[in-house]
Amino acid sequence: MANRWLGFVTLLVFTFLLGPLVIMLVSSFGEAGVLQFPPENWSLKWYANIFQGSMFMTAFQTSILVSFAGNMLALLVGLPAAYAMSRFQFKGKAFLQTLFISPVLIPGIVLGFALLRYIIVTFQIPVYTALFIGHTIIMLPFIVRVISSNLDNFDFSIEEAAVSLGASRVGAFFRIVLPNIKSGIIAGVLIAFLESFNNVDISVFMTGPGVSTLPIQMLTYVENYFDPTIAALSVLLMALTAVLMFVIERLVGISYFTKK
Amino acid sequence: MSHVSLQNVAVAYQKTNILENFNLDIPEGELVSLLGPSGCGKTTTLRLVAGFLQSHQGSIQVGGKDYTTVPVNKRNFGFVFQNYALFPHMSIFDNIAFGLRQRKVSKKDTYTKVMEMLELVGLQHFENRFPKELSGGQKQRVAIARALVINPDLLLFDEPLSNLDANLRVSMRSEIRRIQQESGIAAIYVSHDQEECFSISDRVAIMNKGVIEQLDHPAAIYHRPRTSFVASFIGFKNFLRFDRRSENGQKPIFYKGDSTFAVSYEKDTGSMTGVIRPDDIRIKPAGPPVTENELSGTIITAIFLGRSYQYEVKTEHGSFTANQEMTIPFQSGDSVVLDMPPHKWVLVEESEVPSYAG
Repeated sequence: MANRWLGFVTLLVFTFLLGPLVIMLVSSFGEAGVLQFPPENWSLKWYANIFQGSMFMTAFQTSILVSFAGNMLALLVGLPAAYAMSRFQFKGKAFLQTLFISPVLIPGIVLGFALLRYIIVTFQIPVYTALFIGHTIIMLPFIVRVISSNLDNFDFSIEEAAVSLGASRVGAFFRIVLPNIKSGIIAGVLIAFLESFNNVDISVFMTGPGVSTLPIQMLTYVENYFDPTIAALSVLLMALTAVLMFVIERLVGISYFTKK
Repeated sequence: MSHVSLQNVAVAYQKTNILENFNLDIPEGELVSLLGPSGCGKTTTLRLVAGFLQSHQGSIQVGGKDYTTVPVNKRNFGFVFQNYALFPHMSIFDNIAFGLRQRKVSKKDTYTKVMEMLELVGLQHFENRFPKELSGGQKQRVAIARALVINPDLLLFDEPLSNLDANLRVSMRSEIRRIQQESGIAAIYVSHDQEECFSISDRVAIMNKGVIEQLDHPAAIYHRPRTSFVASFIGFKNFLRFDRRSENGQKPIFYKGDSTFAVSYEKDTGSMTGVIRPDDIRIKPAGPPVTENELSGTIITAIFLGRSYQYEVKTEHGSFTANQEMTIPFQSGDSVVLDMPPHKWVLVEESEVPSYAG
């Protein structure tokens, strides 16, 4: 009896999780000018529509550029921060830890609006720079958290061993610490990238005339059109994400099992 | 000439002094253990010598050179960690070669030296393995080889055997001793295991609350503890504070209530506290009247230890612990007489911290 109930709940969960994705996948191949499920006739023309005109491609490029550049900066700031917070005891450490995860705790709309109102407008920051700053802020918590949790399990006595054998502090970090937290860094960077790439609530405040990220462009599109182009685009993005996740699993998965 | 010399060093952690006015001298080639309960400052001392901690006063000298402010990576001391601390992403060869590569030793010499080390620690043909493929004992051998290959001026061991099982610990400690003696490098060895320290060391320093209570040869510490802390730490369970003493010819007599004890000692420190090991007390059935160095009492508990029984005996001067081998053991409630011979008593000075519980 209990098992049956459990099975039913599981089914519900999976239906709600996967149902919309399946519906979108199927209806993206519909022929009609509006979303239909199941479609009456089949066509690939909405997939072709994505690449007609440059609006999605330009937005895609903007998204990739912003997410990538922001990612690198977030890593440059986040890695040393995570290292310092795991390795050392210092005054204000708890405050710093909270500060680094606060962008996740504050609603994106609030953060986005605050950034726009008090930073972007005040300092007259151009659109690309604004996007870059906003996305760095979104990604920082993910990078710091994932690398931190990796470093918390790291045995710093191997770093001390390297130093006792003559390595400098910096040398020991690059030759001993870094190779052993590689999986955490890759995971952190990729998760942060996905988070930034899919972000709407902050981007919506940062984008401006002529410059848009892909999710914002999609939002604009669905406000005006109701055809399955967005469904088709979503399927492509899902495929991209799936490939990325597969790569993470392979990369991190394998190096994770070969260490220790 | 002493090889290692700590003079008046001090370490504080969050405004609490762990070490203060601390002194230690180790001659060339000697292995000195630091032994004591957790929190006694032994690991702090070791990390201070290694350079992981800084002393805010005094000086550290090794081989006549001042090391007080020299950073860790410029010290050339070999450090062996409790958890081995091998580099997980490197082969055994690369682990051992790490220090040599930092010193820009040529490829050929590196190879020769690493192979020599592998042979010294009995791990030939292991060079291409990775740390995770090795057992605990093998890992610690690699760690020792890695510390030794740089030809260090000093070897530092931080409880290197405490993660190994009992049998391995015994064989590894004689191996560490052999390697240390063959290399002739002075060493500081930290442990909380008394037997390990006694078997491996030239001298043992018993530490308590950041102070060395006694620094001496293992046998001297075992038989002649200087303070009450050292005595209780190394297994003297019975303490008796005498009321008064009198010199009766050459033989001093100590009094406690109506009981009298003859106590022999090498050096008169004027101390009034006598200690005696459970193994050194003989228990006899009550009968003839008690004489000098005897005390009557009642058995409270009898615990079977395997080779012998351990008895808790209640007397007019408090309870005593005594071990004795016997086929028919005493029962609790039995009246007995404790015989405590003069040469088994040791007179100790009071420590600042009176006794070590456990």
